Amino acid sequence: MPNINDQIQSIVDSNDVVLFMKGTPDFPQCGFSHQASQILRYIEVDFKGVNCLETDELRQGIKSFSNWPTIPQIYLKGEFIGGADILRELFQSGELFTTLTEKGIPFKAPAGAQA
Amino acid sequence: MPMPAAEIESLIKQGIPDAKIEIRALADDGDHYAATVISQEFAGKSKLQQHQLVYKALGSHMGGALHALQLQTFAPK
Repeated sequence: MPNINDQIQSIVDSNDVVLFMKGTPDFPQCGFSHQASQILRYIEVDFKGVNCLETDELRQGIKSFSNWPTIPQIYLKGEFIGGADILRELFQSGELFTTLTEKGIPFKAPAGAQA
Repeated sequence: MPMPAAEIESLIKQGIPDAKIEIRALADDGDHYAATVISQEFAGKSKLQQHQLVYKALGSHMGGALHALQLQTFAPK
């Protein structure tokens, strides 16, 4: 069984968009995780939700993997983007759409959003 | 063990001495806060790097005693 770091690395390498969260997109168990998955769903981005509450090893492992102390965490094409706050800020500023476009990740820009 | 706002503020100030900080409680349980931090040290840094500076100042508290911190960071204009 590969160590937790390698497991996380393979998840982010094999999925364009990954949301490490508490709970699942359908049953989020934390307000910030819910907010992050809502944003991704609103702009119709396909993403893999990973429930970090399943094992403590994953819950702690993700924090050291990214050197980021909280969950949720968002990865685009293997690159760590940030947590719920940064995703919300990028969404509100429109920078998220630029980043998604640059990385070739399909999404549906809301009406009136500047890309 | 919840964390008082003043302690969060002093920790951030220790890590980022020139920081202007505004903290408000999101809930009255002592571990859900929103904070706005403005510092010259953020200039030229990405949002991710700015937030990491604040988390570094908070050390092990973040994710421990301090469960949730809704963070906004700016460099002064």
